[in-house]
Amino acid sequence: MTGSTIIFYFLAAITLVFGLLSVTTRQIFRAAIYLLFSLIGIAGIYFWLQYEFVAAVQIVVYVGGIVVLILFSIFLTQQAGEKLARQKLGRKVFSALAAFCGFALVMVQLAQHEFFQTSDAAVAPTVYNIGQKMLSVNDKGYALPFEIISILLLAALVGCIVIAMKTKPEEQ
Amino acid sequence: MQPGLYHILFISCALFFIGVYGFFTRKNLITMLMSIELILNSVNLNFIAFNKYLWPQQMDGLFFTLFIIAIAAAEAAVAIAIIINLYRSHKSIDVESAEDLKY
Repeated sequence: MTGSTIIFYFLAAITLVFGLLSVTTRQIFRAAIYLLFSLIGIAGIYFWLQYEFVAAVQIVVYVGGIVVLILFSIFLTQQAGEKLARQKLGRKVFSALAAFCGFALVMVQLAQHEFFQTSDAAVAPTVYNIGQKMLSVNDKGYALPFEIISILLLAALVGCIVIAMKTKPEEQ
Repeated sequence: MQPGLYHILFISCALFFIGVYGFFTRKNLITMLMSIELILNSVNLNFIAFNKYLWPQQMDGLFFTLFIIAIAAAEAAVAIAIIINLYRSHKSIDVESAEDLKY
């Protein structure tokens, strides 16, 4: 049991326990905070896998962006101290059963499947390599998806403003 | 036992079905959005694990993860705009209060 292994299990436990708490707690603010810790756990797993750039993006976009956005929308839409309504027991039981059956099915498939590893030389996921590949217009480059994502983000930006805009009352 | 591909696949699978459970049981739109974020994160973890252990000579999984994160950010922003608009017109973000088109 090396230190690396212990760290991995610790990160896995953080991710799963806080994820589970996030979907079961009845206080919505706490659910957002638990989600935050779960996402930090996933960023830790990326660090553990030595994909530092993805881990940094995960922290910047999810922890710094999306969770903060969710927290603001909670402040805007919820009364303080109000708990979520309790769910029917039958609904909970059947949801848990469905989720568990799906989980068991995937795990059974996974246990029977054997993956084959390649023996080719690995490309280090450094920022230099990622940047070269991201903006490459050659074969296996990602310049076109990059541009499409930028258009999508622009469209989402404009769409958000239009959707959330207050409509002025008609002047008589 | 040294953690490998199967351990990470177990985590991502468990996280995915935790998200599915939350999506089934929750009725508040913001908590449903949180469940979707968990599901998207489990998919990202899967892509990175496959890239690291099975396909290290290319960085395709990494790019898919980056693009999924970008799309998730756009999706969360649009969803929250819709939720706030719904709250403005219905004074509630419960899915059961948003049934104007149902009948």
